[in-house]
Formats: sequence, structure tokens, C-alpha cells
Amino acid sequence: MFRLEKRPMPSRVWIVATPVIAVILTMIAGGIMFAILGQDPVEAIRIIFLDPLFDERFASFSRPQLLVKAGPLILIAIGLALGFRAGIWNIGAEGQYIIGAICGAAFGLAFYPSENPLIFPGMVLAGLFGGWAWAMIPAVLRTRFRTNEILVSLLLVYVAEAILASAATGFLRNPDGRGFPGSRNLSQHPGTDNLELVAGTGMHWGVVAAFIAVIFSYVLLNRHLMGYQIKLAGQAPRAAKFAGVNPTRLIVLCLGVSGALAGMAGLFEVAGPAGQISIDFNVGYGFTAIIVAFLGRLHPVGILLAGLLMALTYIGGELAQLMLGIPASAIQAFQGMLLFFLLALDVLSNYRVRIGREVAA
Amino acid sequence: MNPKLKYLAGAALALGLAAPAIAQDEPLQVGFVYVGSIGDLGWTYEHDQSRLAVEEHFGDAVETTYVENVPEGADAERVMTQMVLNGADLIFTTSFGYMDATNAVAARFPDVYFEHATGYRRDHPNVSTYSARFYEGRAVIGHIAGHMTESNIVGYIASYPIPEVIRGINAAYLHAREVNPDVEFRVVWVYTWFDPAQEADAAQALIDQGADVIMQHTDSTAPMTVAAEAEVVAFGQASDMEQFAPFPRVASIIDNWAPYYIARTQAVMDGTWESVDTWDGIAPGMVELGEFSERIPEDVRASAQALADSIADGSYHPFTGPISRQDGTVWLAESEVADDGTLAGMDFYVEGITGEIPN
Repeated sequence: MFRLEKRPMPSRVWIVATPVIAVILTMIAGGIMFAILGQDPVEAIRIIFLDPLFDERFASFSRPQLLVKAGPLILIAIGLALGFRAGIWNIGAEGQYIIGAICGAAFGLAFYPSENPLIFPGMVLAGLFGGWAWAMIPAVLRTRFRTNEILVSLLLVYVAEAILASAATGFLRNPDGRGFPGSRNLSQHPGTDNLELVAGTGMHWGVVAAFIAVIFSYVLLNRHLMGYQIKLAGQAPRAAKFAGVNPTRLIVLCLGVSGALAGMAGLFEVAGPAGQISIDFNVGYGFTAIIVAFLGRLHPVGILLAGLLMALTYIGGELAQLMLGIPASAIQAFQGMLLFFLLALDVLSNYRVRIGREVAA
Repeated sequence: MNPKLKYLAGAALALGLAAPAIAQDEPLQVGFVYVGSIGDLGWTYEHDQSRLAVEEHFGDAVETTYVENVPEGADAERVMTQMVLNGADLIFTTSFGYMDATNAVAARFPDVYFEHATGYRRDHPNVSTYSARFYEGRAVIGHIAGHMTESNIVGYIASYPIPEVIRGINAAYLHAREVNPDVEFRVVWVYTWFDPAQEADAAQALIDQGADVIMQHTDSTAPMTVAAEAEVVAFGQASDMEQFAPFPRVASIIDNWAPYYIARTQAVMDGTWESVDTWDGIAPGMVELGEFSERIPEDVRASAQALADSIADGSYHPFTGPISRQDGTVWLAESEVADDGTLAGMDFYVEGITGEIPN
């Protein structure tokens, strides 16, 4: 008989080993799925995980794209992880991402056609503020009226999507766009563009911001009293109270930071890779970032690696569709397996597997 | 190597494959970028059916690839680039939101041909645009709706307030009113192209308001299911939705891209491809009308067919004056015909439609 025994402390070995084992198990289970679909499993796995990095036709293009795709995921996940560690659940980063993009784009377009170099920094601040303000709604409702921030932040995503549609077809619509929805292109206009900093690297300001966020978050969590309070509030809420942690301040801070980072990610995206506010501008980064945060064990460095891995499965998944004709839903199932195995294996970090019956003490 | 040079090398390779001399042993590679999933039974489904028609028509001379569920923006640009690097000679990008991405990638690969659906930007000589005059089909089903309604209330599920959708509402309304002066249109904006739950809710709300005919400019079959339950008339959209025939689906507007896709692929093979803007309707078969069900009275079937025929042979334009705008100002004088520019940017209702276009 198998039996689970709670570890006094989570196992350090397993915390590091589970993501690796989860990836391997995903490859095996995914390979079986691809084989059932009539594909060569080894080839499919190779295309997803290796071709974007090493294939001579694709690699020089795909490698920089990895950063482009991972940048917003990492930036958002870093903010979310702070809250998740403190037991504050911001599920609505997608909404904060949208509002940040709208505010930042609106700021930039307000000065159109000016090419003043101060516009872009202003857009970044406007995006940051937009995301922060959108996250303050669940924060205030939670601290004032004890509403559940999970529900409020999630439902505000749908409100944000409605505002996005209205912006794309109304107040931000390109006046020269023949009545079609969508704003002017920000990335093709000097002054509002967030282009590659070094050609061919995929590095734009959003990726830089993501790296800075990783470093800041690492320092905050390991060297700063606030980081200690965040961890304490998540692990032992009662002890945190006795230690003088102000829960209201913590909620406002965690939701505010995650909202601001998501808003910034939205701005960098709309001014760079996406280029414009459109009806379907948001593509789920805010939700995928939740997966990235957990895949990275809520640890800044882990999130950095998880973001890159997630980006790899997206880009490799597209290649697999293109070269083998694997349906998109199979790729999504493949990504889902990754999270499934990770969470299933998580039990090993906190529990020990014992064989045999429990001996009565 | 400088990555830009590598792109060019990739493009040169692609061109090599496309050159007529080699084309005989190397199949032409045609790529399709889809915004939805090929199983949506609507917009993307019809594009994919047409892709299959290309494969069938050319056999071994053509190889097709596709990527589905590609979000508009950065992801689209990446998918198109990967298609080119994979050797595509001709790429169809099948959503309006791919416009900027298509032109950006086309600029980098001047030797690959791009075809962008429903857009208007052809910044480079290797970009064409194409779309269908769906309003011609809307006029015909509007005519049928005007005859079929007994409550004189037609419910209309609209996606986004963009010219394409507004044009459809106007065309349907004008031809419903022509045969039934008392007809009223109730429009619900759902702000989505595909969301079965929301579309079903909208259909139910319209039926609750007394609508006994439902038209949709969204892609799912959910409104059909609601219409079947409430026993009201409905029309197939994008694809035939024949599984709901003969009732509630009494007719349908089908997007048929196959003739265009085959013609453009042939043009690349022959080396005659040129950047063009195509806006085709019923006549060349880009807009197809699904079979009229026997639940439509016989004389109405005949008059609807006559209307479709007159549009196809060019003797009648669905927007022929006198037509006034909603605010009462004259848009088209007696027997004046709308120009394509105004139609393409249509942002107003015609006189008689109540309610406002949301902004």
C-alpha cells in the first residue's frame, strides 16, 4: 500500500526536480498522443522543443521570438507571484494588461503626430498607471467590503474586454482607417514605437523590463522586509498578524504591483509586437502568466525559465502545426499536460511516499 | 550571419522553389493562416474547405499547410514568417486583423506572394486583398425575412459595429421593407465573432422581444439551436448549416473562397500573379446562397431567386436609390447606385432602422 506522509519541510530536491520530471512526462504522454494522431512522436517532440532553437531554417528567427513571446509572460507572472505568495489571488491580470495597453496607447495617440522622444516614457507611465488603477478596484473592494478578489479581478477582465472593443471601434479608432476597427499603428510611428533595441535579438523595452522585474523581485523577496512579510502572510497568516504585518497594506501593494506590471506589459506589447489596439488585442497572456508563475514555483528565476519554456511550446507548437499538420487543440492539450504533471508531482515536494501500512503509535 | 540576410537567403530559397522551371518537380507551397479553428463550422471552416478544394484541384502540384487559432498581432507575424522560412510561395491570411502583420512580413520577403482577406492595405507589390460582397446575399435573405415574418419583428445578431456588418444590416433591412413596409429590425451587438453562449443569449433575447425571424452575423450555430426550440425562422451564416434545414434554417449565405484560391494559385504557377483588390459577390460564386427550404412559400422562393439572379447578372444593385440615411438626409437619389468607397466605409443606418450604432 502506498501512503503519503507530510514532510516537516518541503523537499528542496523535489522542488527543483518536479518541473524537470514534469517536462519529461509531458514529452512521453504528449508523444503517445501524437502517435495516436498518426504522427511520428519523436519528430513532433523534436520540432516543438528543439527546432525553434537549433533548426538552421528557423532558429535565427525563432530564438529572438522566444524573448518576444516570453517577455510579457515573465513581466506579468513576476507581479502575480508576489501576490500568490502572500495568498492574494489576482486572476485578472488579463484585464489589467488590456487597460494598461489602452491607457498607454491613448496617451501616445493624444499627441499624434508628434514624434517627441518624451512620449514613449509617458506612455509607459500611463500603461503602468492604467494597470495599477484597474487592480485597485478589487483591492479596494476587498479591503473595504471584504469582497473576494478572485471573482472581482476575474470578472473585470470581461469589463476590460468590452472597453477594448469600444476603444477599437470608437474612441481610439484610426481616423484614416476607412471605418474599420483598430487604432493607428503605434509601432510604425516614431515616438510611440517600442522596437527592437538591437536588431535581430527580439529585445524590446518590455523584455528589458521583464529582466529588471526578475532582479527586483528576487532582491525584494530575499533581502527586504516587505518580501519577508509577503512570504510570512502566505505561509502563516496568524503569525504575520502578530509580527505586525498590515494585511490591508499588503493587499493594496500586491494587487497594485501585479496590476502595474501587467499594465506595463500591455503597453509594451501594443507599442511593439502587436502594434495597435484592436478588438482582439489581448491573446491570453494574463491567464497564461498564472501558469508560468506556478510552473516557476513562484520564484523569480523559476518564472524566468518557465516563461521561456512556455514561449518555446507556443513557437514550437506552431511549427508542429505547420510542418506536421498537428491540430492546434492537440498543442493546447500538450501544454495542459505540462501543468497537470507539474501540479500532480507537486505532492512529492510536500509529501513523502511510504510503502506499507502506517504503524500505530 | 546577419539575421536579415538569413531571411533573404530563406526567401531566395523559397523563390527558387517557386520558379516555373523547378515548379514541375517541386510542388508549389501554399500556406493558410486561420484566426479560428477549422472546426468552427463558420468562417475558418469555409476557408479550410476552400484550401482542401485547392489541394483537390491541383493534386501533387501543390502542397498546402495551415496554422489555426492564430491571434492577430505579433503571433500572426511570427506564424507568417515561419511559413515563409518553411518554404511557402503563396500565403493567404484570412482575417482582417492580420492586415499590418501581412504587410510587414511581405516587406521582408518580396518574392513570396501574400493574399489578405477583408483588408485594404496593399503596401507592397506582393500583397493582394480580397473580400466578398456578402451584402448581396444579405439582400436576398432580407427579402425572404420580410416575407416570412408574421410579428413583423426581425431579430439581428450583430458582431461588431464595423462597415461590413452595418452594410449587411442595411441591405437586409432595405429588402425586407421592400416586401413588407411594416417590418422592424431589432439589432443586438454581441461584440464577438464566435461565442456560442453569448449568441444563444442574444437570440433568446430577440425572440423574447417578439422576433419570429433571426438573422446572425456571427459564426456559431448556437442561434440556430435557440431558433429551433422557439420555432422561429433562421438563416445559415458563413457556412450552410444544413443540419438545421429545412427548419429553422430556411436559407443561408455561404462564403465560397475556392474559385478565388484556385485562380490565385494558378496565377502563381503561371507567373501571372499581380497585386489586385478583389471584391466579388454572387456572380463569380464567392457569395453563395444555400438551398431555399420548402418551408419558404413557393412564390417567395421564386422572387428571392429572381432577386439573386438580377444581382448576379448586374442588372440590379442592392443599394439603388432612393435611399435616405437614418437621420433623414438623402444618401442616394432616385436610381443612383452606391459607390464602392462609401459601401466600404459605411458607418450609418438607412432610414427606418431604429436604434443607434454603438460607438
